[in-house]
Amino acid sequence: MVKEVITGAISLLKGMGVTIKAFFSPVVTVQYPRETINITPRFRGHTKLVADDENPDKTRCIVCGMCERNCPSNSIQVIGEKKEGEKKKILTKYILNFTTCSQCGICVESCPTDALAFSGDYNPASFNKETFYYDLVAEFEKRKK
Amino acid sequence: MCTLDNIIQIIGKEVARLILGLIGVLVVVVVNALVLTWVERKVSGHMQRRIGPKEVGPYGLIQPFADGLKLLAKELLTPANVDKPLYYLAPVIVFIPVLVSFIVIPFDGFLQVKDINVGILVILAFSSLSVLSILIAGWGSNNKYSLIGATRSVAQNIAYEIPLLLTLLPVVFMANSLSLRDIVEAQREGWFVWRWQFFAFLIYFIAATAETNRTPFDLPEAESELVAGFHTEFSGMRFALFFLAEYTNIFIASAIATTFFLGGYLGPVLPGVVWFFIKTYFLVFVIMWFRWTFPRVRFDQLLNFSWKILIPVAFANLIVTGGILKL
Repeated sequence: MVKEVITGAISLLKGMGVTIKAFFSPVVTVQYPRETINITPRFRGHTKLVADDENPDKTRCIVCGMCERNCPSNSIQVIGEKKEGEKKKILTKYILNFTTCSQCGICVESCPTDALAFSGDYNPASFNKETFYYDLVAEFEKRKK
Repeated sequence: MCTLDNIIQIIGKEVARLILGLIGVLVVVVVNALVLTWVERKVSGHMQRRIGPKEVGPYGLIQPFADGLKLLAKELLTPANVDKPLYYLAPVIVFIPVLVSFIVIPFDGFLQVKDINVGILVILAFSSLSVLSILIAGWGSNNKYSLIGATRSVAQNIAYEIPLLLTLLPVVFMANSLSLRDIVEAQREGWFVWRWQFFAFLIYFIAATAETNRTPFDLPEAESELVAGFHTEFSGMRFALFFLAEYTNIFIASAIATTFFLGGYLGPVLPGVVWFFIKTYFLVFVIMWFRWTFPRVRFDQLLNFSWKILIPVAFANLIVTGGILKL
């Protein structure tokens, strides 16, 4: 009985040591709307268009339509046009329907020119479904500025 | 002319002192509860490495006022089929012993509403009333959780009242008085914790934690089992009164520990009141510290601990102290 009380008291004191240590340790929570943490590079947000290495004003996209064809949930619509005097098609619109997208990454995998990447956008929220029909070209233009 | 002196002359010095004291006590009770709710949430936060309240005012200091205002503005719901007189009375009765206990606590050499020569007896007698109010609240609520919480509370408070009394008695022997101020003055040569009463202090503090229904002895309001125990059905200001009484009880338990074992208002340099509050709030902090360290005990463990360990040890301590003093 006496032994039980003594060992019990010691373990209680040890427990109190743990909590007082925590009390004087720095806070680990992030005060979210005021502070944000950096998103890890492997995070899968919605996809974004990657700028061309030689010509950073333009995307790497060649409007081949591989992503559109490979998308398992038909969330992608690539619209390009061929202007007179130019050899290649030029991307004019890249509609990503984020309401059906499951961030599987097949579009990123299948892109022959690595023109797609995941963005770090982690908090999209809206009352309106139409907000999530992203036009990635417009988003790219906005990022460029 | 109707100045303060005239009023005091008309009603007499003693009555004036009591009235002023009562106003002071009410202020201390409310301010203490406000401060303690804030401290409790801050301590809880930092023990879990969170911040705690921080939005309302600097460091969340205005949070308790916001909460208090919310409670005041809330509707007083009365559930169907409650025992109305008991249900209405319980929050009031829980508050009486709290107020009376404050009258005899010496905050400083002269800062005491009234020094009664049976001071500690007053506190102990009235604090056993709080068990009654909890039982009334639980019985009157017409709710199974309330009733279970109330019955648990009665069993627990009766079990832990005995070691509480038995550990205060040796100090009374040593000080040779029941008046709280005399007990503090008897500690001029050294606090009673260090003068042979360390185990008494330990047992008192454990029993006081149980008496105030704090973790690890919070079975009467165990939220994981009983929703909120005896005050499940109380809302708005009625709940606030229970809340106020709970925090004031913690303060009183710590204040008695300070007075009996830690030399009350005695201390160097700083004025006595400051010393009193430093010691008392340190003990309050320790009680909060307990809350975030220890898990809730089982009911049989709770009662076994009191009847099989605390009471025999307290008795032995009482007999030894009495014997040594007699020699």
